[in-house]
Amino acid sequence: MSVVDPVNGRQVAALDVERIRRDFPILRREVHGKPLVYLDNGASAQRPEVVIEAEADCYRRYYANIHRGVHALSQESTSAFEAVRGKVKELLNAPSEREIVFTRGTTESINLVAQSHVRPMLKPGDEILITAMEHHSNIVPWQLLCDATGAKLVVVPFSDAGELSLEDVASRITARTRFISVMHVSNALGTINPVLEIVRLAREHGLTILLDGAQAAPHMPVDVQALDCDFYVFSAHKLYGPTGVGVLFGKYELLQAMPPWQGGGDMIRSVSFERTEFAEPPARFEAGTPNIAGVIGMGAAIDYFRALDPAAVFAHESALLRYAESELETVPGLRIIGNAAAKAGILSFVMEDAHPHDIGTILDADGVAIRAGHHCAQPVMQRYGVPATARASFAAYNTMAEVDALVASLHKVCDLFGR
Amino acid sequence: MSGGTSLYQAVILDHNRQPRNFRPLPAAASQAVAHNPLCGDTVEIGVVVRDGEVSEISFQGESCAVATASASLLTETLQGRGVPAALSLCDQYVAALAGTADPPELPDALRPLLTVRRFPGREQCAALPVQAIRAALRRFSGAD
Repeated sequence: MSVVDPVNGRQVAALDVERIRRDFPILRREVHGKPLVYLDNGASAQRPEVVIEAEADCYRRYYANIHRGVHALSQESTSAFEAVRGKVKELLNAPSEREIVFTRGTTESINLVAQSHVRPMLKPGDEILITAMEHHSNIVPWQLLCDATGAKLVVVPFSDAGELSLEDVASRITARTRFISVMHVSNALGTINPVLEIVRLAREHGLTILLDGAQAAPHMPVDVQALDCDFYVFSAHKLYGPTGVGVLFGKYELLQAMPPWQGGGDMIRSVSFERTEFAEPPARFEAGTPNIAGVIGMGAAIDYFRALDPAAVFAHESALLRYAESELETVPGLRIIGNAAAKAGILSFVMEDAHPHDIGTILDADGVAIRAGHHCAQPVMQRYGVPATARASFAAYNTMAEVDALVASLHKVCDLFGR
Repeated sequence: MSGGTSLYQAVILDHNRQPRNFRPLPAAASQAVAHNPLCGDTVEIGVVVRDGEVSEISFQGESCAVATASASLLTETLQGRGVPAALSLCDQYVAALAGTADPPELPDALRPLLTVRRFPGREQCAALPVQAIRAALRRFSGAD
């Protein structure tokens, strides 16, 4: 069976969701006596057995510190760890493994670019351009930088539907703009932003640009060469991998021009008290012993995700989103927040008489796990005049029957809280 | 009722739908606000103290059913109490919510909210109004 990929119209194989579900041990558990319906994938996805096993296998069979031992275990660990760079390169279609830096996650990747790439070029009055829909992790690092340098944060607004307009982006690029940082997919609204066109605007103005792929890389094909972005960042834990591991892709000539961001072991060529020579990227940005088994686990997660086919995952999650959006219309007083034409599998909503926290507690009793809160995007909440939203977010293992469970539970919320 | 719905007993639903003492805070009141940074909820409290007693207490803000009902029931309970007694009731209530104590002298009116102990993360919703009440009352306590 095949379905049409909504991105480029080509046919992709439909996911065998029942088989996929068997790969995730946690999906067999019950919550409050009901089967777990896990719809909090935007916060963090679950892990398949192969990822759990890859991490455990490292510890069981060949764990040692990397990059320094002459003994067998260190060499085995080093080659398993370094092999993951190649997997990330394939995932993102990056030109070279040398452009893949391992970090603790999206947040650290953005902070690294802020401190090492952007900070050295900032003068008082310079501008950094972001959008009003960014996650706090793509706001606060820039605010810290502005406070330290006297630069200004310029924020591109978005429409009621939750969409950016290219005119709004273009009109905010000035002679003082030094850098642009934009999320690929909104975690609070689901909007897929026109990042290809925004990168093109950056190019036209000779600016460098970062794309925050935390909510995109786990859900759709990403090609950093086609996007032509300078930096692309994501976290492993939203991509069926371990926590505490993330990626920074950066164009090599940019990485090479950047000073280190943390000092320590593994990032140097030679150290004396008079002078330290730094290693070439990516080692220059990986001070200290990294999360070795975590990176190896991320490698297994990337293998797993690529075997599913990112385009097929996107088609499946899009179908879940369309079905959920139409079913949610049957729930009285429910309003979807974020109605962009291009959306990933994220569904934010509010209900007239029930607060998102109360919705979350009632759904939890039915085994349905969603997120209730501001999703680390308080400016987005302020934009819509709500303190918080409830959010269901999909992954490859979710089913239409789980959407039905969500909707049935939301009807219970109405029964309890409806006036 | 079972599971998640057991948190929402009739009294909590009632005080959420029609919160008591939910009105603009008088200008003369000592005011304080509490935020829950996890969810963005806000409870603002205004207290007027006369002759050492809570003569008027009201609240405003935007919050979930648990925080709203908690603020509604607390304001009802604190009305007419002396400042030290009101502060000590706040302490007993917070200890009871945390499950570290079950003070026998805790007024029955507040007991329905103790169900939150069984729901992950929700005791901080019930405790949210207390932060604002304590801050608004401390100005009269003379202790600090």
